[in-house]
Amino acid sequence: MALPATIVASEEAGALFLRAEGDWLVAAAAQLDRRLHALDLPTGRKVTLDLGGIERLDTAGAWLLLRTEQALAARGNNVEFANLRDTLAPLFDQLRAREMRPPPPHPIPPHHTLVGFVARIGEVTIRILRQIYSMIGFGGLVSLTVARLLANPRRLRVVATVRQMEQTGLDAMPIVGLLSFLIGVVMAYQGADQLRRFGAEIYTVNLLGVAILRELGVLLTAIIIAGRSGSAFTAQIGTMQVNQEIDAMRTLGLDPIEVLVLPRVFGLVLTLPLLVFFADAMGLLGGVLMTWATLGISVPAFFEQLRGAVTGWTLWVGIIKAPFFAAIIAMVGCYEGFNVAGSADSVGRLTTQSVVESIFVVIVADAAFSILFSLLRI
Amino acid sequence: MAGEPDEIVIRVRGLVTRFGAQTVHDGLDLDVRRGEVIGIVGGSGSGKSVLLRSIIGLRRPEEGDIEVLGRDVLNIDTAEAHELEQRWGVLFQDGALFSSLTVMQNIEVPLREHCPMPEPLMDEIAACKIALVGLPEPTADKFPSQLSGGMRKRAGLARALSLDPEILFLDEPTAGLDPIAAAEFDRLIADLKASLGLTVFLVTHDLDTLFAICDRVAVLVDKTIRVGSLAEQLADDHPWIRAYFHGPRGRAAHPDGGR
Repeated sequence: MALPATIVASEEAGALFLRAEGDWLVAAAAQLDRRLHALDLPTGRKVTLDLGGIERLDTAGAWLLLRTEQALAARGNNVEFANLRDTLAPLFDQLRAREMRPPPPHPIPPHHTLVGFVARIGEVTIRILRQIYSMIGFGGLVSLTVARLLANPRRLRVVATVRQMEQTGLDAMPIVGLLSFLIGVVMAYQGADQLRRFGAEIYTVNLLGVAILRELGVLLTAIIIAGRSGSAFTAQIGTMQVNQEIDAMRTLGLDPIEVLVLPRVFGLVLTLPLLVFFADAMGLLGGVLMTWATLGISVPAFFEQLRGAVTGWTLWVGIIKAPFFAAIIAMVGCYEGFNVAGSADSVGRLTTQSVVESIFVVIVADAAFSILFSLLRI
Repeated sequence: MAGEPDEIVIRVRGLVTRFGAQTVHDGLDLDVRRGEVIGIVGGSGSGKSVLLRSIIGLRRPEEGDIEVLGRDVLNIDTAEAHELEQRWGVLFQDGALFSSLTVMQNIEVPLREHCPMPEPLMDEIAACKIALVGLPEPTADKFPSQLSGGMRKRAGLARALSLDPEILFLDEPTAGLDPIAAAEFDRLIADLKASLGLTVFLVTHDLDTLFAICDRVAVLVDKTIRVGSLAEQLADDHPWIRAYFHGPRGRAAHPDGGR
């Protein structure tokens, strides 16, 4: 049904005739583009583009003809259209009125070159520094709001805070408990396997006690909560940002930091230590079961050994870190949520970023705590 | 374009649409002829957008038959549906641009999918559409979130036009445009219709657009539709239609000042 589109060149009375024929539609554009590029364009002559043979024309076809006209005119030819049907004229008028020119070819992305690579490193560095700067700014803003709240404690949104505690704490108990239990089992198994070679199986209990109470319990819980609740904070606040709900809040005289951020920060700061305690208990339970099953250490013997291995401080060193980690996770999650701009795409990107950043900052903070505790000789 | 002047490109028969207990369309019949601009008007909730969605196959009606370009939209296999989709373009209310792609990449999506061609040519054709809908050149490399609502709408139109479709479905195209841009939009649609033989299915509230470019107007009232020329609609004495065309805004938009 579609007529093949062609362009034919011929010489007549000292002028060049280019005859376009057939259906100049988008489906034929690739083929016509090749033909037109293959044409030998003259310079400084009279050229007639004869459009009488065109059956059907769409914008793609019209553009190809217009482009050819422009290329001919640029070479100093005297170009004119001939036999253009009246019904097709408005199409050319539209394109001409917009002064349509070929777009510049897309430049090669600069980071494929060495200079581009170095420039990119610089860009990323500056971006990271800016990010840190604005994150500290956000921390300051939240602190100020907390200070204002302390001056007027009735402004605390108790219901919202309790709701956050339920969602981030209570609802996370099954997964935190199960994972801690499994880590206890794995640690006990691996520890027993290694220590048995020295005949020191009983020290598996010391290993478990110190590792789980000091480090693993709190770190594991913080990472699970960063993935579970930190991401939720970003997605919730980000979606509100896309829907302009945050803007609406501001115009209604509500402070988004007070309404959205503080209940999340307080909720998480209060629940994470409790979750860590629960995780410690479940981890030790896994250890008890595994040492009993593989090493035959009875439950009373396990706790007897544990009492010699750890002190109250071993537990507190783990739990003290929890509120700090909680504040980091909640603030990074909320901060990235406020950074969402415009689209659904950005919600997804920033949610990922929020989880990665909060886990990173939590581990950095954990290292800082280790140094601090070793200086304090705890 | 091929075909007789009075060829019917969209034929709707006995359409019934229900949402739970609420009936929106009850036995609606509609014919759209090739090369005409038909304006669909009606109160909020009268089912204008639902009618559009049913015709393009996004919503299955409870009863009725819908034919587009001679194909039964409700009983169509995937291959035929794909072929049909290349012959129509749709502009959704908010543009519905892909947010992870730039404007130019958005326009190139249908080209890339259906008409393989060299990259530079694709950029040229996309740039044509961008110019055609009146967007400034630098818009091409922007992302939808960086555009204003009116610009997003134009970019959406450019994407709907990218395969030079035979039928253009527009859902409230001039809402959110300033009056100058809306008038330019009307002229653009009229020019495209004249030069490409485009059939336009236009859901609108904009009375100026109705008076400027619509050949026929279909009014959704009483769960069915009344189609006629503007003159016929203006003479209709159905209370809602009278209120619509002879209200203060209708009179203001009318070329003779509403006499």
